[in-house]
Amino acid sequence: MSADWLIPAMLTIITAATPLVFAAVGEAVVEKAGVLNLGVEGMMIMGAIAAFATAVTTGSELLAILAGASAGLVLALIFGILTVYLQSNQVATGLALTIFGLGLSALIGHSYVGKTFVGLARLDIPGVSDIPVIGPLIFGHDSLVYLSVFSVALVAWFMNKTRVGLLVRAVGENHDAAHSIGYSVTLVRMGAILFGGAMAGVGGAYLSVAYTPLWVENMTAGRGWIALALVVFASWKPWRAFFGAYLFGGITIIQLYAQGMGVDVSAQFLSMLPYLATILVLVVISRDSVKARLNAPACLGKNFHVSC
Amino acid sequence: MHLKSKLGGAAAAAVMAFGLSTAAQAQMKVGFVYVGPIGDHGWNYQHHQGLLALKKALGSKVTTTHVEKVAENADATRVITKLASTGHNLIFTTSFGYMNPTNKAAKRFPKVTFEHATGYKRLSPNVSTYSARFYEGRYVVGKIVGKMTKTNTIGYVASFPIPEVIRGINATYLSAKSVNPKIKIKVVWVSTWYDPGKEADAAKTLIDQGADVIMQHTDSPAPLQVAEKRGVYAVGQASDMRNFGKKAHLTAIVNNWAPYYVARTKAVMDGSWKQQDTWHGFKEGMVKMAPYNSAIPAGVVKLAEDTRKGIIAGKIHPFEGEIRDQSGKIRIPAGKRADDGLMAGMNFYVQGIGGTIPK
Repeated sequence: MSADWLIPAMLTIITAATPLVFAAVGEAVVEKAGVLNLGVEGMMIMGAIAAFATAVTTGSELLAILAGASAGLVLALIFGILTVYLQSNQVATGLALTIFGLGLSALIGHSYVGKTFVGLARLDIPGVSDIPVIGPLIFGHDSLVYLSVFSVALVAWFMNKTRVGLLVRAVGENHDAAHSIGYSVTLVRMGAILFGGAMAGVGGAYLSVAYTPLWVENMTAGRGWIALALVVFASWKPWRAFFGAYLFGGITIIQLYAQGMGVDVSAQFLSMLPYLATILVLVVISRDSVKARLNAPACLGKNFHVSC
Repeated sequence: MHLKSKLGGAAAAAVMAFGLSTAAQAQMKVGFVYVGPIGDHGWNYQHHQGLLALKKALGSKVTTTHVEKVAENADATRVITKLASTGHNLIFTTSFGYMNPTNKAAKRFPKVTFEHATGYKRLSPNVSTYSARFYEGRYVVGKIVGKMTKTNTIGYVASFPIPEVIRGINATYLSAKSVNPKIKIKVVWVSTWYDPGKEADAAKTLIDQGADVIMQHTDSPAPLQVAEKRGVYAVGQASDMRNFGKKAHLTAIVNNWAPYYVARTKAVMDGSWKQQDTWHGFKEGMVKMAPYNSAIPAGVVKLAEDTRKGIIAGKIHPFEGEIRDQSGKIRIPAGKRADDGLMAGMNFYVQGIGGTIPK
């Protein structure tokens, strides 16, 4: 058995992980600011249809990605207004956002069913892309793959090394304290929510313009929920979320390869593996309860109001 | 509780209103229940095409209602009951999981006629069941893919290990083997009917492992798109998927429910409707082939068409003995044909297919 399949498998893993990376890293920032937005799935699917519709009508990849980001952003804006300004319950609002997004995208997408376009162009550098192993692994992806890695680095740097990042974390840990020393909790939270929405939108856009360039209803198929789980899995750290997404994508793809190679393990068991791995890692990282509590933003899911 | 009873009242008022208008126009009302979105471009899409054809055929004599994305649980019971109680004379429930809800509703509404797709329970005289012999289409496709593959490897994206899917894999393999003795079939189970991303990943996996024709028993056009991108062939599922990969799309096995829906609606209208268990194929037009790709040599198209015509004429049967299973046990003796019971419960791979069926 040669290892010829290893490189293509890794390429498939990269495409499987990229939408999760966008959505999970975006949500990590939102949750670090103390807001639990369960509407990731809804924002992703809106991003997917907006990007696909734009790609089909204008043919522009850049516009498509921007449209995806904007659609996620608009949905996040609704969530922000409801939870931050109108103090609605975050869990209920987030769930409603998902259901709303799935329905609205189906309505908008009605006339786009059955349409298709070529999909995102790949970065091909003649000569360099042909280097064995490293060539195809590092080059030859579409632009969004690079953007996903770049955005993880940017978010990690922003959250840990900048003053504003510290402020975001402070608001998530103790919004009363942040408020009492003169920072605007609402402003910080709105910013984080909008960023998370845009990232989820780009993740959805990746699905409909790069992963499988088509529109079918409910095409996110639960990836928003996986992204939410990855945030906890990663204990709210961007690079860990990145690796979590690759681990999850990796196990999903490896099990498909194992089946194709005739490895005699039940397909249902293999399908279960990514989720099992997620639970295992969750157990391992939370075995130290003090540490686990330190990782979670203390004000996660709690609404803030000046009077309280 | 209060809200519920109010809603119930509103519903009752609506029923009365509907009832009156129905009586006034003596119009036929037909309801359809779909398990997924019409926009899936697969299973549900084709049922909806049947609805549209029904409207076209009967015009103002019929009004139709359809409900999409109805989960196969208590929701189904609620939706079917709602349709039955709002003056619908005929209700098509188009997914296997609606079997019990349909039979339950049929018992409660003896004057309403029910048609359940892919099921086998007909507990009241007002329930019929119907399904299509998709394996006939797979058998025609098998001849084409057997001839078109250069690597002698068919990649098969499968959903769940139920007889319907296993029968399709067996029919494909037997047919391809008959024209290409070196043929191998690689099956990857994705444990979903519908997840474009995962279906695409499975197709990529199969292509990476040497398959140069991709077949699928899942609902989205994603595997076909992957095939187009990678420059290999694929076969569409449920509906004509040419648009998603013009070069890759060899043909598609098309579910054509329209003739059945029109015939059954007419039967209810003229009072000739009787309970039956329908399993139609090429002959009755419930299964059709999409146009063949121009890349297929004329000889192969002829072979496929001859096979199709042979099945219609009853000269060819996809499961004609001798057929052995993987362990070498004879399942269908030489000269015999598999009966419907054996096919409906098929839970074994035929000899020559590698791997095991997930249990």
